[in-house]
Amino acid sequence: MAQPVQAAVEGRKQAEKHLPYWVEPAFTIVALGGFVIYAIWEVLAHNNGTYHNYVSPFFSPGVAGWFGIHVLTALYVVWVPFIFRFSCYYYRKEYFRGFFFHPAGCAVSEPASHKNKRYTGERRFPFNLNNLHRYAWYLAVIVLIFLWKDTVQAFIFKNGFGVGLGSIILLINAVLLTGYTFSCHAFRNMIGGRKDCFSCANGKPSTGYKWWRRVSVWNQFHGAWAWASLFSVWAADLYIRLLISGVFSDPRLF
Amino acid sequence: MSEEIVLSIYRGDADGGQEVEYSVPLTPGMVVLDAVHQVQAHQAQDLAVRWNCKAAHCGSCSAEINGRPKLLCKTRLDDYVGQTVHILPMQTFPIIKDLVSDVSWNYEVAKKIPAFKPATAVPFRMQQFDVDRVQEFHHCIECFLCQDVCHVLRDHDAKDEYFGPRFMVKIAEYEMHPREGGDRIPLLAHEAGLNMCNVTKCCTEVCPQHIRITDNAIIPLKERVADQYWDPLRALFRRKKESPTNQSV
Amino acid sequence: MAAQELATLESHQYDVLVIGSGGAGLRAAVQAAAVPGVSVGIIGKSLLGKAHTVMAEGGVAASLGNLDQWDGWETHFYDTMRSGHFINNYRIVEVFAKEAAERVLELEEWGAVFDRTPDGKIMQRPFGAHTFRRLAHIGDRTGMELLRTLQYKAISQNIDVFQEVTVTKLFRDENGAVSGALAYYRATGKFVLFRAKAVVLATGGWGKLYKVTSNSWESTGDGAALAFRIGAELMDMEMVQFHPTGMVWPPGVRGLLVTEGVRGEGGLLYNSEGERFMLTYDPERKELSSRDVVARSIYKEVQAGRGTPHGGAWLDITHRGPEFIKRKLPGMYEQYLTLADVDITKEKFEVAPTCHYTMGGVRVEPETCATNIPGLFAAGEVACGLHGANRLGGNSLADLLVFGRRAGDGALAYIQGRDDVADVPGSEIEAEMQRVLRPFSISQGENPYQIHEDLQEIMSNHAGIVRDQGMLEEGLAKLLELKERAQNMAITGSQVYNPGWHAVFDVQSMLTIAELIFRGALARKESRGAHWRTDYPDELPEMGQWNFVQDLDGDAVRVREVAVPVMPQELAQLFERGMAPGVYASQQQAKEK
Repeated sequence: MAQPVQAAVEGRKQAEKHLPYWVEPAFTIVALGGFVIYAIWEVLAHNNGTYHNYVSPFFSPGVAGWFGIHVLTALYVVWVPFIFRFSCYYYRKEYFRGFFFHPAGCAVSEPASHKNKRYTGERRFPFNLNNLHRYAWYLAVIVLIFLWKDTVQAFIFKNGFGVGLGSIILLINAVLLTGYTFSCHAFRNMIGGRKDCFSCANGKPSTGYKWWRRVSVWNQFHGAWAWASLFSVWAADLYIRLLISGVFSDPRLF
Repeated sequence: MSEEIVLSIYRGDADGGQEVEYSVPLTPGMVVLDAVHQVQAHQAQDLAVRWNCKAAHCGSCSAEINGRPKLLCKTRLDDYVGQTVHILPMQTFPIIKDLVSDVSWNYEVAKKIPAFKPATAVPFRMQQFDVDRVQEFHHCIECFLCQDVCHVLRDHDAKDEYFGPRFMVKIAEYEMHPREGGDRIPLLAHEAGLNMCNVTKCCTEVCPQHIRITDNAIIPLKERVADQYWDPLRALFRRKKESPTNQSV
Repeated sequence: MAAQELATLESHQYDVLVIGSGGAGLRAAVQAAAVPGVSVGIIGKSLLGKAHTVMAEGGVAASLGNLDQWDGWETHFYDTMRSGHFINNYRIVEVFAKEAAERVLELEEWGAVFDRTPDGKIMQRPFGAHTFRRLAHIGDRTGMELLRTLQYKAISQNIDVFQEVTVTKLFRDENGAVSGALAYYRATGKFVLFRAKAVVLATGGWGKLYKVTSNSWESTGDGAALAFRIGAELMDMEMVQFHPTGMVWPPGVRGLLVTEGVRGEGGLLYNSEGERFMLTYDPERKELSSRDVVARSIYKEVQAGRGTPHGGAWLDITHRGPEFIKRKLPGMYEQYLTLADVDITKEKFEVAPTCHYTMGGVRVEPETCATNIPGLFAAGEVACGLHGANRLGGNSLADLLVFGRRAGDGALAYIQGRDDVADVPGSEIEAEMQRVLRPFSISQGENPYQIHEDLQEIMSNHAGIVRDQGMLEEGLAKLLELKERAQNMAITGSQVYNPGWHAVFDVQSMLTIAELIFRGALARKESRGAHWRTDYPDELPEMGQWNFVQDLDGDAVRVREVAVPVMPQELAQLFERGMAPGVYASQQQAKEK
């Protein structure tokens, strides 16, 4: 008996190791900060995000075009995913930790400069607007519908159905964004979370309950969906940007 | 028996103090609380530590071990072999002595929460899947580690503006009870200070009962508050729905 | 020092004062405070909601009959009397069995959320020696749920709660009625006087007398000792329950409880040879036999050399599958994983008997929980008479609900028409203060922790799971010697949160109780329930007629035989069929069909 106990102790010790607290905020600053800088450049420096049958997620739907506007076309769309992510419960954790040091890590003292400022959390402007997350979600779903339209379109080439590397990237992106959108905490509340009793109608699980259960499972990984979809958007846009600028051409797989 | 481990335990009271080092023999499976008891029995009789069950059921022995809020009875000492183990009392609450802090504020807050008020008579008919959600909240052992780590209370000392994660869990427990008849949403929106929370999730990280405090209690409550206070569309529908009943009353 | 403290003494006055803020105490306070105008104070040695009740895991026994329709109070009565080996007070058991179900439903009304049956009622699990599935539960943390529910119920009422306060003495007025208590705040060391018309004792048991125990530090028998010192009668003190399954390894967690729920949910016991030994010891009830039988069986297996590496038996529940185990026994899963590095969903684990419960205690009236001292009531583990020689799992939680309420009602009835609260003479208070502060003035005295350790050593070796005359006599002699040494306990430091000082009073209580255990065990010359004597291995009918009652005769302990109350015919006939009433009724119906 003595030996297995020892062995188990060794195994457990490794599981207990923690990364230093600053790793997470540092990653947030680099990844999220990098993305924001990239996005600003993309929005300000380009007016076109279409390459043949591929449309960059930054430029879809083409709202600007509907109104005959041809400059800063991405600007008319990106604000939707921006407010959706800004008011997202997961990103709130990350930016409050990474950018505001409120707090930078658990049981890590906040900077001395915070001592003199009154902390109001999400009670005051602009953070109280995070309460409107559900409205951002409604808009994000509309954008998502267009994104799927683009994804289907990415498989339709001049000579009919086909699969390019770009089609795959856009498909992955659409899947990840769907996962992110439908694992949302606000959606989880809407779909059934706001009910207290799931069986009160007839003693059986309501449809709302079944959906709520499913969304709850996805919701556990909302952070993972958030990062994965952020990087997929980044990758999809960058890929199309590079195609447009002719750095390389899209390999057709099928 | 031969191996020794060095504990650096905070000794002091409201007037200040410092860490004092003690060395104790390491035995297999020893937890930090065992080591503290060793010190108490053989080296410092008056070393103050709060504990009861020594089985992570009661939530008495909360402290900060090497900077992390933890239960002394659930933290294995062999995780720290080769290091000095720094043991400090919880930092968010006033210290009484050594590892014991004055957590009475929490009990004052508890009194402000209206009691459970069933809408129907017992015995209740509820399905297991109905109660699963609230049963998670019933796991709480009131160790107050979440209160300790919450930066709203810890760094900003906003104890008069926010009840803290423990009591968000408590309110969620009542609010989401399938048979609850009361309404604590206005309390959450105002006095309880739900929106002082900026969902940085440290409470969830330190919870020894693994209650997903932020995802399952605080955020759903924030959404319920938004339902009532931040959703003009819903308010419109609600008014339409409610008006016939209002007339009949 | 004491005179000065007397002048500035904090003082409170209540109609009903409850000592002990565990389940029974809270239930009593809730009951008393429900009457408008009655002032209620409750004192706890720990913080509110930390009492030993949280350690109860398996469930609360009540014949709700949610799963087994044939269950009813008669069968619960039958099971409890049989497991108590018929030295229980039948009337206490009757009241208990009849009221338990109502008390459980009341908890649900106050916010407790029990596990559910498929049709949405309160789920009930099988447990040792219960004929039917009877234990309402919430996973394996039923006690915590119960305590938390009562705690929040109590704070919503007008009850003054005193946390971390130790009572060192009870007072009686010139008529012999209880008049109050002297206590001190553990945090500051300041004294506080409580004057009351009625006092409810709900201080729990004294499991900390033993080295290997599932009890928390609080279980030092304070209430029983306080009451005994002012003349209360204590009964069945020889009856100490050893729970068959406590943790064995590693040493730091030795004795920690492994809920009977593991066996209730299908766990099986094996010896080192892989043999399911309970089939031999109790072929009918097997693993779910009563606790005394299972504990003794494990003990015998270890003695016969068939124990596990650290001296226990194997408990195996892996066949129920990880998902089921994690759902039904999440606390056990977590406890073994973090503290013993054992994944109980994948491997069997070691268990051995651990001191768990004390059936004996203050002798009380069945209807009101009144003791022989006017105005003093007792409920919960500190009281006596419900469990007899062996407690059934789940009956303790039901006990504290049923009799906590009854003690509250008893106190309410007692204070009717009593307008004045008696004074406590200053001289008595001062004398007690001096006694309490004495350890500070002794230099070079005994270390209270050491005395406690020595006491545990004596109790474990001489009054443990197995006993005989010589062993007990030797133990008693050692104990009396230790008591002498304990006169001289000394401590260092200040009065501010000083655990060494607190330990002095815990040890004093335990020393008082320990002697009664020895004297009771010596008097009961037979084996019955938890009391197992190798020199009298059989249960003797003539011994079964008696309870041993102890009280103070001057300074000496007096042991008396008091007749066990005889059941009236309508209850006695329940035992004449040789089967549980519910089983009989179901068979009758089957025959009719």
